[in-house]
Amino acid sequence: MTLAVALGCVAGQLVIACLAVAANRLRLVSHFVYAACLLVSVIGLGCGLAGLLAGATPAPVITLPLGLPWIGAHFRLDTLSAFFLAVVNFGAAGASLFALGYGRHEEQPERVLPFYAAFLAGMNLVVLANDAFTFLVAWEFMSLSSCALVMAHHRDPENVKAGYIYLVMASIGTLALLLAFGALAGANGGYAFDAIRAASPPAGIAALVFCLALFGAGSKAGLVPLHIWLPLAHPAAPSHVSALMSGVMTKVAVYGFVRIAFDLLGPPAWWWSMVVLAIGGATAVMGILYATLQRDLKKLLAYSTVENIGVVFAGLGLALAFKASNMPAEAALAGTAALFHVFNHATFKSLLFFGAGAVLNATGERNIEKLGGLIHRMPHTALAVLIGCVAISALPPLNGFVSEWLTFQAILLSPELPQWGLKFTVPAVGALLALSTALAAACFVRAFGVTFLGRPRSPVAERAHEVDRFSLAAMFILAALCLLAGILPGIVIDGLAPVVQTLVGARMPAQISSPWLSIVPVLESRSSYNGLLVFVFALLTASLAAYAIHRVASNALRRGPSWDCGYPDATPVTQYSADSFAQPIRRVLGAVVFRASEYVEMPPPVDPRPARFTVRLQDLIYDGLYAPVALGVMAAAERLNALQFLTIRQYLSLVFFALVSLLTVLALWP
Amino acid sequence: MAVILDLAVQGAQMLLVLLLAPLLTGLTRKVRARILSRRGPPLLQPYRDLIRLLRKEAVLAENASWLFRVIPYIVFATTWVAAALVPTFATGLIFSWSADMIAIIAFLATARFFLALAGLDVGTSFGGIGSSREVMIASLAEPAMLMTVFTLALIAGSTQLSTVAAYMGGGAVGLRVSLGLALIALIMVAIAENARIPVDNPATHLELTMVHEAMVLEYSARHLALIELAASLKLLLYVSLIACVFVPWGLAPPGAGWSAYALGAAAYLAKLAAGGILLTVFETSIAKMRVFRVPQFLGAALMLGLLATLLRFVSGGL
Repeated sequence: MTLAVALGCVAGQLVIACLAVAANRLRLVSHFVYAACLLVSVIGLGCGLAGLLAGATPAPVITLPLGLPWIGAHFRLDTLSAFFLAVVNFGAAGASLFALGYGRHEEQPERVLPFYAAFLAGMNLVVLANDAFTFLVAWEFMSLSSCALVMAHHRDPENVKAGYIYLVMASIGTLALLLAFGALAGANGGYAFDAIRAASPPAGIAALVFCLALFGAGSKAGLVPLHIWLPLAHPAAPSHVSALMSGVMTKVAVYGFVRIAFDLLGPPAWWWSMVVLAIGGATAVMGILYATLQRDLKKLLAYSTVENIGVVFAGLGLALAFKASNMPAEAALAGTAALFHVFNHATFKSLLFFGAGAVLNATGERNIEKLGGLIHRMPHTALAVLIGCVAISALPPLNGFVSEWLTFQAILLSPELPQWGLKFTVPAVGALLALSTALAAACFVRAFGVTFLGRPRSPVAERAHEVDRFSLAAMFILAALCLLAGILPGIVIDGLAPVVQTLVGARMPAQISSPWLSIVPVLESRSSYNGLLVFVFALLTASLAAYAIHRVASNALRRGPSWDCGYPDATPVTQYSADSFAQPIRRVLGAVVFRASEYVEMPPPVDPRPARFTVRLQDLIYDGLYAPVALGVMAAAERLNALQFLTIRQYLSLVFFALVSLLTVLALWP
Repeated sequence: MAVILDLAVQGAQMLLVLLLAPLLTGLTRKVRARILSRRGPPLLQPYRDLIRLLRKEAVLAENASWLFRVIPYIVFATTWVAAALVPTFATGLIFSWSADMIAIIAFLATARFFLALAGLDVGTSFGGIGSSREVMIASLAEPAMLMTVFTLALIAGSTQLSTVAAYMGGGAVGLRVSLGLALIALIMVAIAENARIPVDNPATHLELTMVHEAMVLEYSARHLALIELAASLKLLLYVSLIACVFVPWGLAPPGAGWSAYALGAAAYLAKLAAGGILLTVFETSIAKMRVFRVPQFLGAALMLGLLATLLRFVSGGL
């Protein structure tokens, strides 16, 4: 029943997409499309939650006579699918609500609306698919529809470049997944997931499939070094779509990886986890370092997505390690941490992209060097974005901290792992995660402080206005969820228990029964955290202090010019800019990672030229990995170009030789 | 009845840290002055300063936002809650399980996050310089601190500070290499986090060398009082933390009688005094570093912490 409703939702989204094409001349079409998407997503969210609550009962299965005739299209809603279905539709509902207000300002709605609904349908189909063919078709559908959304504002050459790189990377990723499923299906071509699950591949094939899955899903999720398309493509789309791509589509990629590595492949080998852990840790630190140096608000958020994906993959790597060593309770803790972070990131990253959209809407500016002081003119947006920034910096009492805390607790259980490789990798990854958490706080102090605090740095920032009610409602609902999941994490953990049960065969102890609603991962004497209590405690302390001071001591207040050590400071230009704020971190960490170098050009006193300061950053990943590949492809294309100018005889002989060599291979094949 | 008693003990600890914090600051100032052959302000001067500040009229910069006025209360509340969760005279208080070591560090990080925002709010260059340097210092100090916590947690098998303190006091620990490394890293982090020499100078009035003071430059009156009090509480927190883990003697076990509590309190006072004096002697014996030397100092702390954690991963005996 739930599965049928979920598939109905997908069909509904496809119908909406078609209607949007047909009705693109109507004035209210964008209201209609977003309202309908909101409704459908809420129903889908209900399906996901119902599937989660149904828990261990046999998962509903539906086979439709679509796709390849001898396979059909299989769909299944087990707890893993249900969780990701809930995340997808939750993000989609938030984005649709936001877009009810935000989408009004779209100049060419016909370039966004059909693809928006189709994109939602694609993501829903990926998590519901139960055979390789449907999965890949849905995956590619999702990639192409989102690519169309990236190119929505195609007059901007930056966006065209972003769309092109995205298309190339998405194709390579899908190719890897195609090969992975091909190897999984084996010679008999059992493409249904049930058949794949029943057959256990030999160790060599399993390792190959694992690497391909990590490559394919990882490129979609934005793992370093496959992340280069993400900070280009995510910001290029309209903001509510950016929120979907960053908050939700990367989660669908995580789903793809989890489905293959935890479910279809059977028991993992321990070294897989080492690879995932190392890549996860490196991704976390690299992502946030890039983010800290960005000026473009949406690009900054996209790089921070890379960081969060690294945290999720580090948790998944730990879960794989524990699973391989047959430690189900520990694996359950690590898996819960990773999935909790999936949920958290979907919440606060959507919220922050909405905030960036609101700022873009109010000022037309994405460059934070031109913003400032928006807290005075957009107080509600500022509050919601502040909550998102605190949450994403993993600070208590909000939700980001809980998943970070659970990950650290899982790391502290890992000295029990017997493999020496992991004994060295896990503490190093722990240090990388700790570093990325601290840098995330620095990054978001900068992002919020430069955008919303201080004095306006440009006339557009001075004239900003608060956004509409739909956008505010979407932001505040997400902000409230950040707080709720942070102070009542036990409910989320218990909700994740059936998912973790299917992944690793064990679950965390039930949290709802622990006293005072605290969370206890293993034993109370070992570790526990009570978000609610500390939140109430801090709130009470702060209000008591405020009350007592205003009552007993003094509540007199006077406004005056700023002190600033007595320096007269007339223009906002003298404020700290985003670049100067990041300068210490750029010098300390960027000198190694980005080969950052600074040049000061100071003309002599009589020379009227202005002094210049330039910073050069080098993206070593792009220069070292992508540039040589691109050069190689270009060189090969140059050579092969000659093949386009042959005579008909030469072409015929080429065809003949190709045929002969293929036949020879077939004849020699054992 | 027992619950009320437990709550009373917890409340006593909260009040104790709040009341003692300015005294510790006063002690460090006094000792520093004596070492420099000055007479120095009286021990109780920080209390007088706080009261005087609280009574004054607050002056806000013209474009300070509502956030600027709220932040002192947030910073004070989070720091106070964190400081009240560190065992001072007894372990296993009624709320001690509500936040473990990782959460306590994260609470301090919350306070710092907001304080750094306050530095940016008025839109002056000094506020920005303070915030920017503070987050740079924090982005290295926090991982170093977490690595230290990892080491302690792996030795004691728990991240609960009460359990760790009880385990350390139990005598089953002995001398360990990893513990020594963790202690050094923790002290280095404590110096950086509390804006002490050689990382920052709490008494400086030279604008370009300030970090913490530059951030709070625009605050006055009651807001400044709360932030000063929070800074004192943070110093007290770090001294209590080092004391309860590395010199856990005298800590009263859970449910002990009044005499044990009194003994614990006396031991705590002695530890605080010793900690304050040692810190000041160290401070006066070295010079302040350039700002861009600080990352090397903290990088060393991070490496020590990582090394200690690695040792624990590799061998249970080290």
